[in-house]
Amino acid sequence: MQTSLTQAMALVYRGDLVLAFRRWEQIAQPVVFFTMVTTLVPLALSPELGELREIAGGVLWIAALLAALLGLEFMYRADHADGTLEQMLLSGQPLAWLVLSKTAAHWTASGLPLVLVSPLLAISLGVPSDALCVLMTSLALGTGTLSALGAIGAALTLGLRRGSVLLSLLVLPLAMPALIFGARAVDMAIHGEVARGPLLLLGAMFVLSLTLSPLAVSAALRISQE
Amino acid sequence: MLRGVSLDVAAGQIVHVAGSNGVGKTTLLRVLAGLLTAEQGGVNWQGRPITTNFDSYAATLAYLGHSDGLKADFSARENLSHEVGLRRPVTAAEIDDALTRVGLADCRELPARVLSAGQHRRLAMARVMLTSAPLWILDEPFTNLDHVGVQELSGVIAEHVDNGGAAVIAAHQPPAIPRHSVNCVNLA
Repeated sequence: MQTSLTQAMALVYRGDLVLAFRRWEQIAQPVVFFTMVTTLVPLALSPELGELREIAGGVLWIAALLAALLGLEFMYRADHADGTLEQMLLSGQPLAWLVLSKTAAHWTASGLPLVLVSPLLAISLGVPSDALCVLMTSLALGTGTLSALGAIGAALTLGLRRGSVLLSLLVLPLAMPALIFGARAVDMAIHGEVARGPLLLLGAMFVLSLTLSPLAVSAALRISQE
Repeated sequence: MLRGVSLDVAAGQIVHVAGSNGVGKTTLLRVLAGLLTAEQGGVNWQGRPITTNFDSYAATLAYLGHSDGLKADFSARENLSHEVGLRRPVTAAEIDDALTRVGLADCRELPARVLSAGQHRRLAMARVMLTSAPLWILDEPFTNLDHVGVQELSGVIAEHVDNGGAAVIAAHQPPAIPRHSVNCVNLA
């Protein structure tokens, strides 16, 4: 009897999370980076809350995007090095679905913590509490999109030396639309406007990248074995 | 790299892939497992090319490569429940039996990173046993094993073949599998 697909996906998700928590520095690093950058901004620019509020959307989004980028290269590297990737390819389960599970686990360990700490950092930059909901939603969709796009980059640069430089070059341009609409949504919310438009566009980008990325990643992972 | 290689494996057969270093033993095994695509020719399983339904072919084979396919931060038991669990539902009792069989009963809660190279190989072999796949593709399975380990592993392979399984083994020394003769494919 074969393991059902949902069981296999749950196993991959749980396994990756357990491993991430056993190497907790990989979870802590993006959060520390995100916190450092946003707390340094008032020191470098101006402690005036009114001025900070004007740039808060952009600052929070740039810091979160770069912080989420930090963890991307670890996505498949260890699996490739220890041979478990080989075993996953030969597990007899549809690879694209297992890849989707791994992307979800990666987002839970690297994107979700950023979303959860973002309200605290936003308040320190003078963002009104009405805008926090839009901020968290936009960051959740944005980091999700980045995990999905980043998985393609991580799979394509597997086995390359200095792959991490190439990974940033591959993924950042693709993530630019998310940055533009995400920062715009937060900015609109800060000024009391309805941010529905940019949020819907972000949602569409998230759905598109989540649907197409597993197919691209599984093809790239098979190539990485050759 | 490889040219004009042809081999058949039937149920109850052991094929030994021999040849000097760098001649392409691992490449051949990876082609057989479907991890590499041959430039010309192909691999058929039960009369059909493996590419027609790769996932169902993969479900019938257990592959042991150069790397053991173990997570350093998982314990021996977790490694087996994770890797084997992807293929078929596996119980804790089955895992404990397999670990006892390969002589790792005392190490089941230890993380794989503290185990020796030989113990890694034994753990990887326990995974191959537990997958209950009819075709075993083993790349240098005896590496790092001590004398007793080699004998135990040979016994495990013999039992697999007794039960109607097949094994393709790449090794420098001809494997001495109890009760069974070994067909040799020499790549040199």
